[in-house]
Amino acid sequence: MEALRIESTHKTPRVILDPENGIFEFSGRSIPEDSVGFYTPIFEWLDQYAQKPLPLTHVRFDLEYFNTSSSKNILEVLKRLEAIHAAGHEVRVTWYYDEDDEDMEETGQDYQALLNLPIELAVKVQS
Amino acid sequence: MSMTYSYYKNMQLNNIIFVYQGEVTADLVSSILQMVENKLEGEGEDRKVKKRVFNVMVECLQNVYHHLDALPPTDPSNPVRDKTALLMIGREEKDYYIITGNHVLNDRIPELKSRLDRINRATKEELKQLYQEILTGTGFTEKGTAGLGMIDIARKSGQRLGYDFHPVNEKYSFFSLEARVSRIPEK
Repeated sequence: MEALRIESTHKTPRVILDPENGIFEFSGRSIPEDSVGFYTPIFEWLDQYAQKPLPLTHVRFDLEYFNTSSSKNILEVLKRLEAIHAAGHEVRVTWYYDEDDEDMEETGQDYQALLNLPIELAVKVQS
Repeated sequence: MSMTYSYYKNMQLNNIIFVYQGEVTADLVSSILQMVENKLEGEGEDRKVKKRVFNVMVECLQNVYHHLDALPPTDPSNPVRDKTALLMIGREEKDYYIITGNHVLNDRIPELKSRLDRINRATKEELKQLYQEILTGTGFTEKGTAGLGMIDIARKSGQRLGYDFHPVNEKYSFFSLEARVSRIPEK
């Protein structure tokens, strides 16, 4: 299936969902006013991908900021991944955060607690 | 022109970084965020503090953008413009403060007030719980927001939210909300 690629803006993250190269990534910031509008194509893509996923899907979340309406949409993304995982296709998530960013670390822990999905928290290596 | 200097002195005295009165659009919110972010960046503020201020600012501004009740243009107490609000950001010795002001229908006050009081009474742990409940709960409100904004502001602020409802007429009040972010990064 065709990859989904969305370039980042100052309000929306870069999204790469590329099964051919095995790259699944959300990076940057997610603070749009209309977060549902931004995430809907991503949900649609994931629903299609769920019908024939790779044996292992590794998704990286490397987010700097997000607003509360994005947090709900990110949960929806993770729920779709959880369903793929529950259907027997392994999904691993790595949740990156800056070493001093307790808020982002805590958000990762919140998602860990809410989902039946292996979410690994990882400190971002400073560039 | 004689007022200019007193405006200037007044803003300086109140440590105001930025103040805006007018219509709130999505583009305006973006511009303000970028401008204040650049300013915080330029002044070498602690990274963690900067992130928190930015986060709280995003929620406060988007909160106003989504939830203000515009006065009808014909309303006598609103002779100038529809959909206007006040946005203000300042920096004191210990805190940044973010203040928003906008009109709300009087009918909405009891619900808003009880939400704010509930948030202000909650402990850190209770706020986290409340956040998770709403996050996993009832979908989006009719305005496409998650209803998490104020809780998130309170969590990131770590301080009580200040608020006031100033009666405008029998139908509307002016709602102001103040969130503070400490400049002293906790260890």
